[in-house]
Amino acid sequence: MHIVNFTPLSALIGGALIGLAAALFWLMLGRIAGVSTILGDALTERGPDSGWRFAFLAGLLAAGLGAVLFFPNAVHLDLAAGGGQLLVAGLLVGFGTQMGSGCTSGHGVCGIGRLSVRSIVATLCFMVSGMLTVSIVGHLL
Amino acid sequence: MKRTAIAFLSGLVFGVGLIVSQMSNPAKVLGFLDITGNWDPSLALVMGGALAVFGAVYWRIRGRNAPLMAERFATPTESRIDRPLVAGALIFGVGWGLSGFCPGPAVVSSASGNPLVWLFVAAMIAGVLLYRFLSRRRVTTDVPRSV
Repeated sequence: MHIVNFTPLSALIGGALIGLAAALFWLMLGRIAGVSTILGDALTERGPDSGWRFAFLAGLLAAGLGAVLFFPNAVHLDLAAGGGQLLVAGLLVGFGTQMGSGCTSGHGVCGIGRLSVRSIVATLCFMVSGMLTVSIVGHLL
Repeated sequence: MKRTAIAFLSGLVFGVGLIVSQMSNPAKVLGFLDITGNWDPSLALVMGGALAVFGAVYWRIRGRNAPLMAERFATPTESRIDRPLVAGALIFGVGWGLSGFCPGPAVVSSASGNPLVWLFVAAMIAGVLLYRFLSRRRVTTDVPRSV
């Protein structure tokens, strides 16, 4: 194992911003900033909570648009897979996050931050299966 | 209206955090998951930074009865370590390892206009709808689902 491309400062600053966003969401609205659950509920439920769900997703999209428009050279998007692999991956990410009730944000940040045993278990599971997948796809196939 | 504005702001800051930390770039995420090869530990520090800030606020305000702009905290109530939790997380991890995308970065990166990212997001939405259709769970907006 070699350590490469390590960017500790930008990782910590960006991570702190993610934590700040999740903290703001919890303090103001009393909601978990879990992207997969917000996305799933936005797609399948109608009611008084629809507005803030779509607003949160629009905020994520706006951050991406702002980066593309104003800092095009600072943003990198290096895809390591072709269309077929991304199609399968997208289905698994969508299906798995709903079945497991969360993803990297809801379980990995908010859940672990709340010391939820469920979220700690889920995070360990997707970390391990993600690492195994990369090992198998990248080194064995 | 105010709640909508706060939600938009949260999403925006969350997205900026993903971009600053480069977690919106799948290659950076795959570098972290590639623990047996050339390993990039950055993602661990992203989580560490996020946990430090969120955890500090969460535990500091824990005694409050209600959030500032809603009637109550929608605290996840499920606590069982059940099969769907483990199986779902394992399935998600496989998709994450195949692509380097989890839901947040995928939404942020779809702004790039890259058709392959759109393909991923479309497939992800299909996967979300497929599970919700198959599980046929009655989900109300009032009761928080487990996280």
